Amino acid sequence: MTSPLGKDLLALEPLTPEQIGLILDTAEPFKEISERAIKKVPTLRGSTIVNLFFEPSTRTRISFEFAEKRLSADTVNVGASGSSVSKGETLVDTARNLEAMRIDMVVIRHGASGAAQFLAERIESNVINAGDGTHEHPTQGLLDLLTLRDHFGDLRGLRVCIVGDVLHSRVARSNIWGLQKMGADVAVCGPRSLLPNAIAEFGITVFDRIEAAMEWAQALNVLRLQLERMTAGYIPSLREYNRVFGVTRERLERVDHDVLILHPGPMNRGVEIDSDVADGPQSVILNQVTNGVAVRMAVLYLLAGGRPELAETAKSTPGGDR
Amino acid sequence: MTRPLVLHGGRIIDPSQRLDTVGDVIVIDGKIAHAGPRSGIPDDAEIIDCTDAIVSPGFIDVHCHLREPGREDVETIATGARAAAAGGFTAVCAMPNTDPVTDNQAAIGFVVRQGQKANAARVYPIGAISVRQEGHALAEVGEMVGAGAVAISDDGRPVASAQLMRTALEYARTFTIPVVDHCEEPTLAVGGAMNEGIVSARLGLRGVPSEAEEIMVIRDILLSRRTGGHIHVAHASTKGSVELIRWGKDRGIAVTAEVCPHHLSLTESAVEGYNTNAKMNPPLRTAADVAAMAQALRDGTIDVVATDHAPHHYDEKEREFADAPNGIVGFETALAVVVTTLVGAGVLDFATLVDRMSVAPARIFHLDGGSLARGRVADITVFDPDREWVVDPTQFLSKGRNTPYAGRKLRGRAICTVVGGRIVYHIGAQGH
Repeated sequence: MTSPLGKDLLALEPLTPEQIGLILDTAEPFKEISERAIKKVPTLRGSTIVNLFFEPSTRTRISFEFAEKRLSADTVNVGASGSSVSKGETLVDTARNLEAMRIDMVVIRHGASGAAQFLAERIESNVINAGDGTHEHPTQGLLDLLTLRDHFGDLRGLRVCIVGDVLHSRVARSNIWGLQKMGADVAVCGPRSLLPNAIAEFGITVFDRIEAAMEWAQALNVLRLQLERMTAGYIPSLREYNRVFGVTRERLERVDHDVLILHPGPMNRGVEIDSDVADGPQSVILNQVTNGVAVRMAVLYLLAGGRPELAETAKSTPGGDR
Repeated sequence: MTRPLVLHGGRIIDPSQRLDTVGDVIVIDGKIAHAGPRSGIPDDAEIIDCTDAIVSPGFIDVHCHLREPGREDVETIATGARAAAAGGFTAVCAMPNTDPVTDNQAAIGFVVRQGQKANAARVYPIGAISVRQEGHALAEVGEMVGAGAVAISDDGRPVASAQLMRTALEYARTFTIPVVDHCEEPTLAVGGAMNEGIVSARLGLRGVPSEAEEIMVIRDILLSRRTGGHIHVAHASTKGSVELIRWGKDRGIAVTAEVCPHHLSLTESAVEGYNTNAKMNPPLRTAADVAAMAQALRDGTIDVVATDHAPHHYDEKEREFADAPNGIVGFETALAVVVTTLVGAGVLDFATLVDRMSVAPARIFHLDGGSLARGRVADITVFDPDREWVVDPTQFLSKGRNTPYAGRKLRGRAICTVVGGRIVYHIGAQGH
């Protein structure tokens, strides 16, 4: 295995700061490809990639698909419905069948924590975790890091607060690990019923009030509040959530410094974030989406890096000299 | 009339009569004729050399799942009883969460007959507390006891209703049997896949807080105080449970408790990597809990070691962690895990180990065995306390292969198991 990331990208927790830095640095030249008239380089020509999405996803799936296509990979999208998965096939059988078709990489989104690792341990192809249960969503964490780095230049000492349903959020975990490893100061803010009971053991600051979090933070990463959290009884109502924890213009204006606003999407406007904040001058939400494609191209490129047949084509592409 | 059996030259440890001496155990007609320093050996006796081994009253496992009827593909009473014998157990108590549930005298009779046919470790059925283990109507406890049930439990389906538990404790008094509870407050435990803590938070797995167990432990202890019924806490796993059980015992309440080898030896960190063979209920806890369980076993707050032997099919464990079933097999590793973890660390001596695995289970479940006193039933375990071996699940006599100890080097192994004076397991005799 000659990839600097190893065989798979399953989580940010096990990565070193150097590995994360490498991905972010590699993403920089890939940004430019998406700005070209012809948005395609031959780097992954001949590679076959399966996008295996057991959970519905629009943004992440499309972002991966663009990243793959702009690197000239052949891609197949498999969803849970309409596939043999809906006929009761197990994950391990799905994996073995894909492997038998001689694919190179699998991008997997799955509702069970650990599903990506489970797959990675059972097939030889590279596996990229596109979100597993409430565990991690490493490429989202990476694109958040890239977006913050674009804006602030340096992540060291940066004060970032993750707001909302940390308990059920794979985005939160990937952000916590990624930010900590890159030297940022990390906090979370949300109702205690939506924070892990052991949150203090992550070595991060916990704010019970959003006002205090805003006062402290240079950037807020506002998590999507899954609407089913209300029916499950974690919070009394969406209306009250917005009143107590909502990121609103009124609250932002009371803070005497600029606070950058990130959101992994899709947004519930008027619940965790107000429209005039999401669409306002401090929002980098669409930059995150743009960076998502570049980060995923970088990950695909680096994981494929171990395969010698790609070396020639890689030389002619941005990042190929790294 | 079978030949007399002599277990010769071993270290005889029998805490029931404070015996610890090198000598012979002589069995005649299925009963203990002698246990102590060498005396005359009957002429026609079969002699087993037990030099360097420990000879003790047979181990009794008060908590296991033999899966029959219903899941004969993962274990039968026969395979389970043979696996138990290979682990040094002369008797096991089978939980009633079978399919159909063992909740009536006919079902109890079936387990008894299958156990007799197995010709290995004795199999004592535990009847359900409630009909179909549904937690509503009390099962026909008296008839089940008449057919051979030694305890009642809704294990696997914890008793949510405090009123049902109260009634069960009251009703069981007539028959002098323990009521065994899997202590788990269902609303706190719902959907939980492992212990709640930093590991569950990191892995993104839903946790079960220790309080889910402790709330029911204290509920049951208080109901025992109210009713005078004997509550037996199944697989206690938390430091808090130990403190509550100690509280109950200090007040003379009729509470006893068991601990599983895995809760004495593994922590929640075994789940790292989403290892489904580290998934059980109650879940593996923290290092502080493990230390508390070991001390409680030593000081007697926890009365017995029980395996919670729970075989599952390979395919069922080979899946996403949250969807995998709870439980591991335990018969064939229990002794070695306790020896390696606790005796090796100086927490337990062998006399205490034998008490917790034989004498105490016989006493609290009112079973034969648990003693090598003259005239008692000849249920005997011979084990080599020093034998090192590497756990290879493919060598198990159990159909289950689901163990977190695969590949582990352990110390201590049963070499001969005698039930009613007959050898039902002898290491090497079955390809070991």
